[in-house]
Amino acid sequence: MPPRTLRTGLHPVHAILLSFPVALFPAGLASDIAYLNSAEIQWSNLSQWAITGALIFGAIVAIWAAIDALRSRDRSLHRGPMLYFVLVAAMWVLGLINAFKHSQDAWSSVGTTGLLLSILCTALALAAAWIAHADAGRTTVPAGEPA
Amino acid sequence: MTALRWTAATALALSLAACGGSDAVRDTGPNPELPAIQQSLVPTIKIASPAGWEGALPTVPDGFTIVPLATDLRIPRQMLVLPNGDLLVAEGRGGNAPKLRPKDVIAGYIKALGNTQVEGGDRLTLLRDADGDGTPEVRTVFIDGLDAPYGLAFVDGALYVANQDALLRFPYTDGQTAIPRSTAVEVTKLPSQVNHHWTKSLAASADGTKLYVGIGSNSNVGERGMAIEEERAVVWEIDRATGARRTYASGIRNPTALAINPWTNGLWAVVNERDEIGPNLVPDYLTSVQPGAFYGWPWSYWGKNVDPRPRPERPDMIARAIAPDYALGAHVAALGLTFVGNGALGAGYGDGAFVGQHGSWNRSDLSGYKVSWVPFANGRPAGEQQDFVTGFLVDGKARGRPVGVTFHAPTRALYIADDLSNTIWRVTPSAAPQAPAAAPS
Repeated sequence: MPPRTLRTGLHPVHAILLSFPVALFPAGLASDIAYLNSAEIQWSNLSQWAITGALIFGAIVAIWAAIDALRSRDRSLHRGPMLYFVLVAAMWVLGLINAFKHSQDAWSSVGTTGLLLSILCTALALAAAWIAHADAGRTTVPAGEPA
Repeated sequence: MTALRWTAATALALSLAACGGSDAVRDTGPNPELPAIQQSLVPTIKIASPAGWEGALPTVPDGFTIVPLATDLRIPRQMLVLPNGDLLVAEGRGGNAPKLRPKDVIAGYIKALGNTQVEGGDRLTLLRDADGDGTPEVRTVFIDGLDAPYGLAFVDGALYVANQDALLRFPYTDGQTAIPRSTAVEVTKLPSQVNHHWTKSLAASADGTKLYVGIGSNSNVGERGMAIEEERAVVWEIDRATGARRTYASGIRNPTALAINPWTNGLWAVVNERDEIGPNLVPDYLTSVQPGAFYGWPWSYWGKNVDPRPRPERPDMIARAIAPDYALGAHVAALGLTFVGNGALGAGYGDGAFVGQHGSWNRSDLSGYKVSWVPFANGRPAGEQQDFVTGFLVDGKARGRPVGVTFHAPTRALYIADDLSNTIWRVTPSAAPQAPAAAPS
């Protein structure tokens, strides 16, 4: 039997999907800041589409992460697939709340609450990506040996 | 109950804000209660899904009879009675507001579930029921090829039609049953960019020298940006002879029907107020339209009550805002107004105004969906608003939604345009009048 290796990073498709919330939540945060500085409504509209896009791709990421977490032997909340899933799930739920917040009219579409939610979503997306990619290119573990 | 309620369970479970219930807040009359602003994370959207009349009729008070004068119209809105008694009905649906954000797509779809699926007629229909039996002997397409016509007025041999983008004048000869579209003269263009609130209401001054056009706002509360609100949420006064116009009143969010008060000869309006700050905010209202007045939109409501949503803030504008005269109820969507004078209807309906209420979407217990009566004394509202025509809602479903209301004193008939069942209803006193009714001045 030829030696196999366990892949520790994400499936490439999963990684591509994850890149959408990683890019779009910070984009929404930037346009939120632009709106709060200018009261120019187009920036709020841009945030709303960015958050919606992050949620659409983030939903698939969250489902994928949940499946990975359930199939993993490592159930620790402090590392690995479970921590990754918790971060992605929190990002998505807060993102949904943020989408509803942004659907309010004029200044209420952002305000202090919307800005805080955008900051949290951005931080969670970046943290999830950090966890997911931290091992990339670092190690391969020979199969059949204790990890 | 099949009424549709759109909520997101996750968001509600997290309950960042309360929403829904309207409790027992008095939101009608000259001094309505104005509770604290409630902004819910998910807007409360409750639409009464349409149901057919199946031969049933709306409910009218004892002593009155209602009949469907015409059915199968193509979205009837406002009406006008010509001097010979012919009834004109404006039919159409306007607006071309682009969907700028995800909410526009979702909310637009949900609200459409409560509307007719019929395509707007973009025309005027003429109904002639000379013998008054409730069945028109003549029904013709009076003017075709219009663009979402709404407001109608007749002055001195000229018919005025307010399309969603222009005010047109047509020459009229007594008894005509059709007018070629090509005879129109454009009196003036009307603001039509975006046209979020597209209806252009219309009334002629008592002396016939002026025309008033109600022009609604381009957003709920400025969320499409204030640049496109130039000459929106205003009433224009147009000189009939020269076409010159001035902004007669402003900050008047969506003046959906205009009428001349027969006791004072002043201009009155019903106005639709803003959404998404709670089930009891902000009451739609009936008001005299004061020349030069500013009614607050978007920065404040019911006078100087600050709305936190529009930015930049404009305390200078809020300082100018005046309160309207009479609250009709929050979210009732008042779209019709007509006065009754000289005791024309008798018995409890002597002097006052009928108000057509299209019905709510932004509260959990439906409001409106009826024609109400506001009694007047000395030319001003005096007393509680009462239901006049009801029965449009049954088991949470809407069989009809009233829009325009027009009272015709010589025949003592109240006409009601219903843009859901595409019907014109006619309400008349059941008994013959004791004496010929005097026409209001």
